[in-house]
Amino acid sequence: MVCTRRSWSDLAGTVLVRLGFNRHRYLVAPGLYAIGAPDRSAPVLVTANYKLSFDTLRFALPGRHIWLLVLDTCGINVWCAAGKGTFSTQELVFRVEASGLAKLVDHRRLIVPQLGATGISALQVKEQSGFSIQFGPLRASDIAAWFDNGKREIEGMRDVTFSLKERAELIPVEFYLALKSMWWLFPLLFIISGIGPDLEITARLMSRGMWMIVALLAGTGAGIILVPLLLPWLPGRAFALKGAIAGLLCGLFLIFMTETGLRLPELLALLGIVVVMSSYLGMNFTGSTPYTSPTGVEWEMKRAIPAQFSLLVGALMLWVGTPLVLT
Amino acid sequence: MKDLRYIDGVSSLSLDRSVCIGCKMCSQVCPQAVFSYHAGKASIEDGDGCMECGACGVNCPVGALSVNPGVG
Repeated sequence: MVCTRRSWSDLAGTVLVRLGFNRHRYLVAPGLYAIGAPDRSAPVLVTANYKLSFDTLRFALPGRHIWLLVLDTCGINVWCAAGKGTFSTQELVFRVEASGLAKLVDHRRLIVPQLGATGISALQVKEQSGFSIQFGPLRASDIAAWFDNGKREIEGMRDVTFSLKERAELIPVEFYLALKSMWWLFPLLFIISGIGPDLEITARLMSRGMWMIVALLAGTGAGIILVPLLLPWLPGRAFALKGAIAGLLCGLFLIFMTETGLRLPELLALLGIVVVMSSYLGMNFTGSTPYTSPTGVEWEMKRAIPAQFSLLVGALMLWVGTPLVLT
Repeated sequence: MKDLRYIDGVSSLSLDRSVCIGCKMCSQVCPQAVFSYHAGKASIEDGDGCMECGACGVNCPVGALSVNPGVG
């Protein structure tokens, strides 16, 4: 029996996972669950064993009597698991067998979330398990309306969206992942900023070093906060370009609105750092959107990475070179 | 997706209309409204909207659709 009301611990778990904590261990045991008191004719919904997926689905079904068949996707959501091969024909056929579903229901029908179709072949499941598949709506929040409409979709239920709210929800975890993989840039570039012709290292760290940290933070903020939030309004299709433009705006704002006391080549170097950081993180965001094709991402990376690398090398040469050359 | 668009002209999606039986499975599973129907058969209405998730190819009962899906 499964509760369809959200508890405080469910809410706390959701917030923590969105922040990036415990993200890969937030799962429920695979198998068959009952919502309400399902009988032998009750519908069977298939889902993944990521607790956020499981929660979203059960909270969308208050007052109904439904079987939930939870596949083992190692705690990954339906769409990603379908793409990576764990929310699969094989796992579904196995789970139907292992749960003894055929002995509990008289019908032979399964309702699979639409996004599961990437990993599940309705034809093969029918051949191998005897159960036929109907693909339900894309969002769990539409499932009740879909049932009430006689298991037929209503306009828009089949189309994925990427609204401001959906984009904003990704920011905390993007931040966490970026810091996890790129934190070392901060101490490294801070220390490099101390290099100079004399022993005034502390003075340089206090001015140049601190501004470098500010630039890195600005680039991170532009790539991770501005790119998702301003996605439809940033010019261009390529995310590297959107990121570069967000970084340019942030960098120019930083340079013109603050009194850095730095020289022109140093300011240009900082601007370059902000743009590279934001462009790279913007490009990274293609992995989190629901509309970027892998061929498109490859197309973009082939062009953007050499440009980002050149800009990074140029900016660092300018940054390190200025105190050595200009006195 | 109608409001957010990605790189045009790169999708690996292709459809062999001579094989299509018009079962409409592809439009059932497509999250990007890529397909439409003309004369009882599917056609690619918005190929640049395709994100290559692969759902249509996996579920086409006659193998009329091919797409090279990435991991994601």
